[in-house]
Amino acid sequence: MNRDRDTPRSGGRLMDMVPHLILMLGVLIFAFPIYVTVIGSTWDAATIGRGNLPLTPGGEMLNNYASAWSESQGNRVMHTPVRIMMWNSLVMALVIALGKIAISIISAYAVAFFRFPLRMVFFWMIFITLMLPVEVRIIPTYEVVANLGLIDSYAGLTIPLIASATATLLFRQFFLTIPDELVEAAKIDGAGALRFFLDVVLPLSRTNIAALFVILFIYGWNQYLWPLLITNSAEMETVVIGITKMIGNGEAATDWNLIMATTVLAMLPPVAVVVLMQRWFVKGLVDSEK
Amino acid sequence: MQRRVIFDNRALPYLLLAPQVAVTLIFFIWPAAQALWQSVHLQDAFGLRSQFVGLENFQAVLSDPNYLETVKTTIVFSASVTVLSLASALGLAVMADSKIRAASAYKTLLIWPYALAPAVAAVLWMFIFNPDIGILGRALNNLGYAWDYRLNDGQALTMVILAASWKQVSYNFIFFLAGLQAIPRSVLEAASIDGAGAVRRFWTITFPLLSPTTFFLLVVNIVYAFFETFGTIHALTHGGPGKATETLIFRVYQDGVVNHDLGGSSAQSVILMVIVIALTAIQFRFVERKVHYS
Repeated sequence: MNRDRDTPRSGGRLMDMVPHLILMLGVLIFAFPIYVTVIGSTWDAATIGRGNLPLTPGGEMLNNYASAWSESQGNRVMHTPVRIMMWNSLVMALVIALGKIAISIISAYAVAFFRFPLRMVFFWMIFITLMLPVEVRIIPTYEVVANLGLIDSYAGLTIPLIASATATLLFRQFFLTIPDELVEAAKIDGAGALRFFLDVVLPLSRTNIAALFVILFIYGWNQYLWPLLITNSAEMETVVIGITKMIGNGEAATDWNLIMATTVLAMLPPVAVVVLMQRWFVKGLVDSEK
Repeated sequence: MQRRVIFDNRALPYLLLAPQVAVTLIFFIWPAAQALWQSVHLQDAFGLRSQFVGLENFQAVLSDPNYLETVKTTIVFSASVTVLSLASALGLAVMADSKIRAASAYKTLLIWPYALAPAVAAVLWMFIFNPDIGILGRALNNLGYAWDYRLNDGQALTMVILAASWKQVSYNFIFFLAGLQAIPRSVLEAASIDGAGAVRRFWTITFPLLSPTTFFLLVVNIVYAFFETFGTIHALTHGGPGKATETLIFRVYQDGVVNHDLGGSSAQSVILMVIVIALTAIQFRFVERKVHYS
């Protein structure tokens, strides 16, 4: 007997199938576009352009991926080689993730473990960034970055996106749960603030750091509006921007095979990160935003 | 909340705060102040001279029928994305929370779209619904339905709504599932013993207990639809055809970057800031109240 079942036994068989059917439908709706894209990346441009894309893999897979990866020109479109764009995206995602974690963990430590003049002023100054997403101050931020001479640089691409209150708040909240007795004991043992940070706080924060890393990596990798503005040279293009530039107006006469191969490559790193680090990612998401 | 035991050090806390404060001042406070300043000034085309014009930029923006049209598009777009992605995520989460086999496999299969960039989601949809080469786009045309989202306003708006919602479902799913799993089983079992059916249990117990999660997601989804969907729209329709899929943020970009109208674009930015601040304030008041209850 399965007493946990929600549905009564009579007619239960059919009712048991309902969740499976609905979930499978959900999975199908998410998976279908990806499937078609992967298939598209294995055919030649002409087959796709005629509009008769089969639903089974073609034989051009290696060709397509190789030329998207290393060449800057297909039959019809010019583009930055994907390896350069992927590298830019990777640098951007890593610098944003590690930079945000680094500066917010130390500022949260300062706010949580010290009492000093202007403490709350600084806290609110950081906090207010929650209300200013880059999109709403896009033009003036662009001007600031241009004035600093950071257009087309990794610094311009990443630093303006680094400060954000979410990570600081999350760390602060976590630090407040560290028992006072632990701090007391460390102080009696003669440990200073830096020693306590390195030997106790940092190791205790490992899970939070891992969780934030996943979320911030994806945030950085998927940026669109900011890199669109701040990079002009093909050498600095990120892969998400690169794809939409390759598409242009979405005409049939585009190298869709290369675009599809690029799309698959562009989504592999973030999807891999989410799937492999699911546990941390979900924890970080639910903890940090609620 | 304050801790009782703290470290004494004069300079160290300032040093620890310095990087974040520096970045915040340079890239947040300064640009925001500049947006405020520009929104009450009029600049010539070369940005050489500017003149204080008070609220004229705001007046110009708010009395522009084009802008009001954009406001309408944004409301339709955001409301549709929010309702569609919340409702389907809730449905899926309820199903995944029921005691079925392979529940964790379903979870993995449903949460990965979170990792996709909005612009990449747009490309996937374009490839399927393109009227010339897309499998479903061609199928619609073959069935006799004239489908071309590049020409038809309503179809374009539908496309961006679907692509934007599709990407957001997984995010909402994660939160709904976490919310559902926090509901004590005993409450539901008690209701079950009292003879309440699954549907009744959902509406009288589960749904009310989920309301904090739902409210939080409501705010997050509105903010998502407002700002983060720029990539979806830019990649899929470029705001077109005409201005059919132009949302407020798309217009800030269009007026500021493409048309170089700094005053108008800044006034629009300030309007958007007010909206975000209002949304954040509402959210925090609500979250605070929730904390008091628990």
